[in-house]
Amino acid sequence: MAYEDLIRETALADDRLIVMTAENRALIRNLPAVLGPRFIDTGITEQTLIGAAAGLALRGRIPVVHALATFLTLRAFEFIRTDVGIGQLPVKISSFVPGFLSDGNGPTHQAIEDVALMRGIPGMTVFAPADEADMLGMLPQIWASPSPAYVRINTRPGTYQHAPFEMGKAEVVATGTDATILVYGMLFEQALIARELLEAQGKSVGLVNMRTLKPVDEAALLQVVRAGGLVVTLEDHFQTGGLYSILAEVLLKNELTAKVLPIALNEKWYKPGLLSEVLEYEGFTGQHIARRIAEKLGADPAAITTKTEVVENQFAE
Amino acid sequence: MTSEKQDELKALALRVREHIVRLSTDGGCFTGASLSCADLLVYLYADFLNISPQTLDAPDRDFLFLSKGHDVPALYGTFVELGFMPKERLANHLKANDSIYWHPNRSVPGVEFHSGSLGHLPSVGLGVALDNRMRGLKNRTIVITGDGELNEGSVWETVLVAAAQKLSNFTLVVDRNHFQANVATEDLIPLEPLGPKFEAFGWAVQRIDGHDFAQLEAAFGALPFSDDKPSVIICDTVRGRGLPSIEARADRWFCNFSADEVVELLKELHSQEATTLTSETLTVR
Repeated sequence: MAYEDLIRETALADDRLIVMTAENRALIRNLPAVLGPRFIDTGITEQTLIGAAAGLALRGRIPVVHALATFLTLRAFEFIRTDVGIGQLPVKISSFVPGFLSDGNGPTHQAIEDVALMRGIPGMTVFAPADEADMLGMLPQIWASPSPAYVRINTRPGTYQHAPFEMGKAEVVATGTDATILVYGMLFEQALIARELLEAQGKSVGLVNMRTLKPVDEAALLQVVRAGGLVVTLEDHFQTGGLYSILAEVLLKNELTAKVLPIALNEKWYKPGLLSEVLEYEGFTGQHIARRIAEKLGADPAAITTKTEVVENQFAE
Repeated sequence: MTSEKQDELKALALRVREHIVRLSTDGGCFTGASLSCADLLVYLYADFLNISPQTLDAPDRDFLFLSKGHDVPALYGTFVELGFMPKERLANHLKANDSIYWHPNRSVPGVEFHSGSLGHLPSVGLGVALDNRMRGLKNRTIVITGDGELNEGSVWETVLVAAAQKLSNFTLVVDRNHFQANVATEDLIPLEPLGPKFEAFGWAVQRIDGHDFAQLEAAFGALPFSDDKPSVIICDTVRGRGLPSIEARADRWFCNFSADEVVELLKELHSQEATTLTSETLTVR
């Protein structure tokens, strides 16, 4: 099953679902013929796309809108905040090529503040699946929910067998006493590699796939913090406003402190290139991540063995 | 339109203008902007639209979206006169225990959507019109924008999309009072020739005097102007209409008058019409 199969089957079973796009059809090319008037392409008009989706939702529809993550969250931000957010309307935002997934496009296309922006809107829910299977497990619940929702679309194939999705719950892949990596989205596959490399050095490393960034699984975060050890926040997002900030908020709210290593983009856009190049250059491969964690743990980063990693490149339309 | 009908609508519009003037104190409101579209709203709700307090949930009812949110005193005045909301509620203007403030919001029955930030409701209305067409309903979706609001790029996005969709059940109404907030439109971002602009974008256009009920009836009665185009009605209006002392003045967009000034303005309002002033009329909230 692919994204298009899921949305087609859902739409054919529920005529409230409307598929909309601002001329970004990469994942929904075959739907116009199937859905007829329930496929609406407004052209390159992100603001009108969101406003019209709000109007459709006002009439009881569930619009699933598709466009590039940057343009939706930035150009149409006020429309999402004002029309969808104030209206508390069930508009479902499918954001293409968020974070590192826009690889070679350059800073104009890098949605690396999207989580911060979307979670700042009252009532908005925010999701970042680890891979395609994780995403397909989430979407039926997200679309069925009455809440507005933002989803970092991630169609990368994964190898991990995910636990069933539960709204607002993180997926605890492993627990550990030396460190725990908190991660969301496409960096999950690198986190798996980093964990493997560190475990090979005798470190006990936990891993949590956050899945839902809002509402965040506060209990899971607290459990990780109380277990002791280094807490690593790993994200393809600005350090400000994303998971690192979410963790900081949860800690402060609960009057707790922790040793935290943020691995994020700190006050910078990333160097564009093929995805494998980007991860290597920016230090987000499993090996780089493992070395940064080892260093923070006071171990010798050079001892981290080299692992041949194959990062399939992403073609971003 | 019969002269009796015109007199009836004029009397109704006068009462709506009284409400607007009374709201122009204790914090004030967008008086000038509201007075320019009072006749338009009165005509639409009292004589044209299939919208009433009893049929807000009816499937075939029309939709009116006030994108130019500053006009909300005119909308509330109309709602009070037509029984959508009790008159007493206007006394809650700007009070935190109610939801009657400077822009529309959906918590007031009859208000279709919140507005305030300009250039939003054309696209929201577009979505509603698309839905009505999908459902095979014959009802109308009308969005009222200001002329200054036409500066917003999002309006023109929607103008393009509605034409591409051949959305004949969708109507834009421009309250063309020739002012932005603080400056005459033609001195800042000239809009003319406005009708031909819309025509060039694929819309069917009529331009009328927005204070003339017979012209309003003729234009709205002719909707849709085309079977495969959206329609726009450009209503030439006067900011502050009904009060010569503030008419067409750039500095009478937002007004916060003293109670005494409001009494004088209510007298001025009535001096324009052959009406009798009552002590109740001159009561300021």
